[in-house]
Amino acid sequence: MGMQRMTIAKALNAALRKAMEDDPKVLVQGEDVGKLGGVFRITEHLQKDFGEDRVMDTPLAESGIMGTAIGLALRGYRPVVEIQFDGFVYPAFDQIVSQLAKLHSRSRGAIKLPVVVRIPMGGGIGAVEHHSESNEAYFAHTLGLKVVFCSNPTDAYWMLQQAIASDDPIIFYEPKRRYHEKGEVDLDVPPTLDLFSARVVREGSDVTLACYGPMVKTCLDAAAVAADEGRSLEVIDLRSVSPLDMPTLEASVRKTGRLVVVHEASGYVGMGAEIAARVTESCFYSLEAPVIRVTGWNAPYPPSKIEELFLPDLDRVLDGVDRALAH
Amino acid sequence: MPVSDNDVADVSREPVAVDHHESTLRSRRRGPYDGGPDMIQLLDPEGQRVLHGGAEEYVHHVEALTPEDLRGFYRDLVLVRRFDLEATALQRQGELGLWVSLLGQEASQIGCGRALRPQDHAFPGYREHGIAWCRGLDPMRLIAMYRGVDRCAWDPAEFGFHTYTIVIGNQALLGTGYAMGVQRDGAVGTGDPERDTAVVAFMGDGATAQGDINEAFVFAGVNDSPIVFFCQNNQWAISEPNERQMRSPIYKRADGFGFPGLRVDGNDVLATYAVTKEMMDRARSGQGPSLIEAWTYRMAAHTTSDDPTKYRFSADVELWKLRDPIARFKTWLAHEGHADGAFFRAVDAEADELAARVRTATVEMPDPGMDEIFDHVYVEPHAQVEQDRAALRAYLDSFEDEGVA
Repeated sequence: MGMQRMTIAKALNAALRKAMEDDPKVLVQGEDVGKLGGVFRITEHLQKDFGEDRVMDTPLAESGIMGTAIGLALRGYRPVVEIQFDGFVYPAFDQIVSQLAKLHSRSRGAIKLPVVVRIPMGGGIGAVEHHSESNEAYFAHTLGLKVVFCSNPTDAYWMLQQAIASDDPIIFYEPKRRYHEKGEVDLDVPPTLDLFSARVVREGSDVTLACYGPMVKTCLDAAAVAADEGRSLEVIDLRSVSPLDMPTLEASVRKTGRLVVVHEASGYVGMGAEIAARVTESCFYSLEAPVIRVTGWNAPYPPSKIEELFLPDLDRVLDGVDRALAH
Repeated sequence: MPVSDNDVADVSREPVAVDHHESTLRSRRRGPYDGGPDMIQLLDPEGQRVLHGGAEEYVHHVEALTPEDLRGFYRDLVLVRRFDLEATALQRQGELGLWVSLLGQEASQIGCGRALRPQDHAFPGYREHGIAWCRGLDPMRLIAMYRGVDRCAWDPAEFGFHTYTIVIGNQALLGTGYAMGVQRDGAVGTGDPERDTAVVAFMGDGATAQGDINEAFVFAGVNDSPIVFFCQNNQWAISEPNERQMRSPIYKRADGFGFPGLRVDGNDVLATYAVTKEMMDRARSGQGPSLIEAWTYRMAAHTTSDDPTKYRFSADVELWKLRDPIARFKTWLAHEGHADGAFFRAVDAEADELAARVRTATVEMPDPGMDEIFDHVYVEPHAQVEQDRAALRAYLDSFEDEGVA
């Protein structure tokens, strides 16, 4: 297959196809994932090629989707669940938190639930309410789940396959506003990077930017502008928020002495708070400044006409960098 | 206000608060068959064989049972009740954190449990001790959970018996998904009795209000999945009676989801066995889901933490004592000549031995070590979990250094 230029959406589709070809136990379940191919077309043509038993259009009931996916996993299947939009996962929250996350420990390891929950996340697409949310902190707070984000076509292709191959339940976030961003994907050579490892996507020496999902591109753009202004920013794509790859982050902070955490979710009790606390504990004597958070404001997601005011963008990231460097 | 004599759920608009006198009258007015004319019954509370509520259709399953099978049912009923009473006593003596008694529901569970085949899979709530017994689970596994030693440390695949599920209704969806997997495995409708598989998911009357139960009915219905939803209507969701949970009878709801619903006398082990056998056979043969409502009564408190004197009348409980599932079955067994005094005495002795074994094993059960907190949170280690494991280890070790621990 070699190198191919494709969008994140196409890479995810190709990953699902590859996983289904490789393992007949892999199933896809969700609302409109069959004939329609999903509202974002991530599952396009899969039902035609793999049949209705493996690509299931489900009733419109998220707890039902999640609960039956767990049941299928108990029977030896590897379901990949599509939650249509971030804000629609809450009816499934009980099943995810009470069963999916806990059955392995409840049964002292007898039960394994290799379930992937795909969630298109985040804002910036001009959507109505409940279609632009970043709810990763809810799931990261639930031990028993692992929570990862893809941010580019290569990761979309390989991380999704790694997630499906994992025997732990995984919440797999897809940055919906980046679905159509293109990149070169090597379809033949699996990555050496573990699914739960962070990646330094741009090296720098003055300030570390830690980000994930849709904010990776925002931070890379900010780092390019900062470079023009003579500032060297290191950008780390965390990729996994549970577990957190602290060694990679700590190595960077020990080098730069400054950390800005960027995410779309509200800052209050968000991933940035956890990261700031951990970095403060582990890198206290390396820090030249407090850890700065650049996040969605502490308010519900706003009407889409003003969502640009809510979402961190290039300028707000650079403002955060300025604040870090002011110390 | 008009109240049907036969259909208790039609009393949904009755006031909740009734005085003692009225409650007693109401119960008596309904009589021993207050599950209504549709309730399938083969053995009445006096131990007489009857054909009630269309039982003719199911009686052949009972006729196929040998006297040995029937004695086995009796033994199950007595041993499970004795185990349950011992567990309640152990809780009262501080040996268990909590116990959830199945007192009064033994026939529902033994009748159902004995209708399952080894390859079937059961999805219990948290009161299904009789089902656990029928699936071959050591009762000490249940004790360990309620003692707080573990949280259901058995392999469901080994017993065809899922972990207990405490969040009400979750298990119905897990069972439905499992049944969808059975379909995908081609383990339904093959005609091979060793291969064809069905699922049974348990719930109580309170659970029928949950969204998960209704979603399970939808998913099982549209997928035509091999699952029997077995609802033990024990009349009480902690303190709330049926009138606060539903406006129409549970078994009648199945019609709206497109599969059969039946009400069976849950204190009649023969009827419960026959109806469950029929519906499980039906599911295994590829004819899809069904709902069984077992009409029974929670004779004890909801759990050992509950005080039912706050919300129900002892007269109602006394009335249900007359419908005891074990007494009627014993009467019938003796009358039919299937069992004699020596048999009943032997079962009682075995029950006492079981109780003694449970008591000894409970008080001798060790607490788990600190690793129980961190083991098995994940299949593959999680950095932050392992960091905390090390932190707790170091913290505990620091006391050892000081000679404290």
